[in-house]
Amino acid sequence: MSVKAQRLTLIEARKAQVVGRRLRAWPLSLKLGIFIVGVVTLAGVFAPLLTPYDPIVGDFTDTLQPPSWKHPFGTDNFGRDILSRVLYGARIDLQIGFLTTYVPLTYGLALGALAGYVGGWFDSILMRLVDIAIAFPFMVLIIVILAILGPGIVNMYIAVFSVGWSMYARLARADMLVIREQEYILAAKALGYGPLRIIFRHALPNLIGSSLVFSMADFVLNILLAATLSFFGMGVQPPAPEWGAIVSDGRDWLLQAWWISTLPGIAIIITGLGLSLIGDGLSRIIGQRDVEAR
Amino acid sequence: MRLLGYIIRRLIQMTPALIGITLFAFLLIQLIPGDPVQIMTGGRASPETIAATREKFGLDRPLHIQYLIFLRNLSRGDLGISITQRGAPITHLVGDRLGPSAFLLTYSALMAVGLAIPLAMYSAQHAEQPIDHAIRIGGMVTLSMPSFWLALLLILLFGLVLDWLPMAGWGEGFFGHLKFLFLPSLAIALYLAPMLIQSLRASLLDVMQADYIEAARAKGLSPTRVMLKHVLRNGLIPTVTILAVNVGWLIGGAVVIETVFSIPGLGRLLVQSVVYRDYPTVQGLTLVFGVLVMGINLLADVSYAIIDPRVVYE
Repeated sequence: MSVKAQRLTLIEARKAQVVGRRLRAWPLSLKLGIFIVGVVTLAGVFAPLLTPYDPIVGDFTDTLQPPSWKHPFGTDNFGRDILSRVLYGARIDLQIGFLTTYVPLTYGLALGALAGYVGGWFDSILMRLVDIAIAFPFMVLIIVILAILGPGIVNMYIAVFSVGWSMYARLARADMLVIREQEYILAAKALGYGPLRIIFRHALPNLIGSSLVFSMADFVLNILLAATLSFFGMGVQPPAPEWGAIVSDGRDWLLQAWWISTLPGIAIIITGLGLSLIGDGLSRIIGQRDVEAR
Repeated sequence: MRLLGYIIRRLIQMTPALIGITLFAFLLIQLIPGDPVQIMTGGRASPETIAATREKFGLDRPLHIQYLIFLRNLSRGDLGISITQRGAPITHLVGDRLGPSAFLLTYSALMAVGLAIPLAMYSAQHAEQPIDHAIRIGGMVTLSMPSFWLALLLILLFGLVLDWLPMAGWGEGFFGHLKFLFLPSLAIALYLAPMLIQSLRASLLDVMQADYIEAARAKGLSPTRVMLKHVLRNGLIPTVTILAVNVGWLIGGAVVIETVFSIPGLGRLLVQSVVYRDYPTVQGLTLVFGVLVMGINLLADVSYAIIDPRVVYE
């Protein structure tokens, strides 16, 4: 082994050590959260392997069965296995939650950062739009937009995409107003970098943190929103196994078959808890970094 | 006098958003596919009614004139006519539904504050200890609970199985309301409380590190006395703002809860109007909700300025 190769392996080992230490320094809540969300994701991805039943087509000879070994979560009035519906539901709910959080995050962040950096009329107009969006209760705004567009998953995406960016724009703008005055931005300006390069290469990495922390709470809220809208029949349409829709299915069977409505709700809580724990851990790491920086 | 100046300044700041709200509500109807007059009159109206409606809203005129007419009607308290409620004026519908909603919101906010203060104090006193983590994780759990699901669970347990509390409606008289709206308010409070606890805990921890608390302790006051008379008092001030910031959240929760518990409030009216495609009512309620949130925020700002006069001088 040449000296150079030896040094390279040494560097690699050192790098692995540093990464290892960072991982160990992760707050417990972050690890736990990632584990929970990981399990829910895998459950959704491997749903067809985990359950022999179809989530849509039921067995009419096996309706309203209480939880048993054959059907751990019981069956509904169409004889559909609730566990299968909940497992397949993970796909729908996680996908909706992810898209309705991170698609608006990207352009909300970009717009807010741009507004904070350039100021002027662009900033004024954008912030007035944000003021209007924030003036309405979020739930009311989404319901009203869906009233106009009509129910369904695509319209739900359109509604959330057109409103959900406002909080990220506000956060990014507020951070940008502070970052704009930092010396490293001045240095970048002195080097003759253009505004776009400064915003996206130098400022963005420093203002993405608060949005990422907020996004975990937003993710939870968006899953709850999708479930609520589907519960009211405005979101995901039956027979798709969305968690809120399954809770709604069991509404008329509360006393005869409590398991239809209650168990999918627990899936929502577990997912929400996992995401909240990730957010909690992230905010601790970022808070720590801020303290170290000072 | 300074306070009055502050209120006027805040009102002027709010004007663009207020105009924006009316513009949004106005454009909403325009976005519906089809003829707005047909939609507004419910499709089965006589030609005379259609002509009268067209005339009243000036729907044959250019869009900006229509908006001005809309504003003029609005300033007279005229939100138009409902399609489904036998042509009732929407202003009356809103007036009838305001009471239950206001009662529910106040009730649940008080309940949330009542839950949050002791838990936040306990959390702050035992910061980073197991009990603090337990309270935080408990908060994460209730925050992740779908409110409609929690409402169904409460109905199942206390209404159907135990038969302790009513499951629908809002009762007669003040004490009737207290009884009927207990479960709905609890459902809302359980998911508002964690947010209050989080912010209250942080502000209590801040206050606990202040010099005047050190001074109070040095004076030899008992820890309980320091906590209640000095820390809590100063830590509570931000709670007013936190409640106001979350009022949109609170109202969103009330919309869901009112629907599940069949409470005749604004939120249930909104969901019903959406289901029955009563677009004029949806439009009117959009305005009402927007103005309500802004009004409550203004109220919170003003009361904050009264509690902490430094705000006015900024």
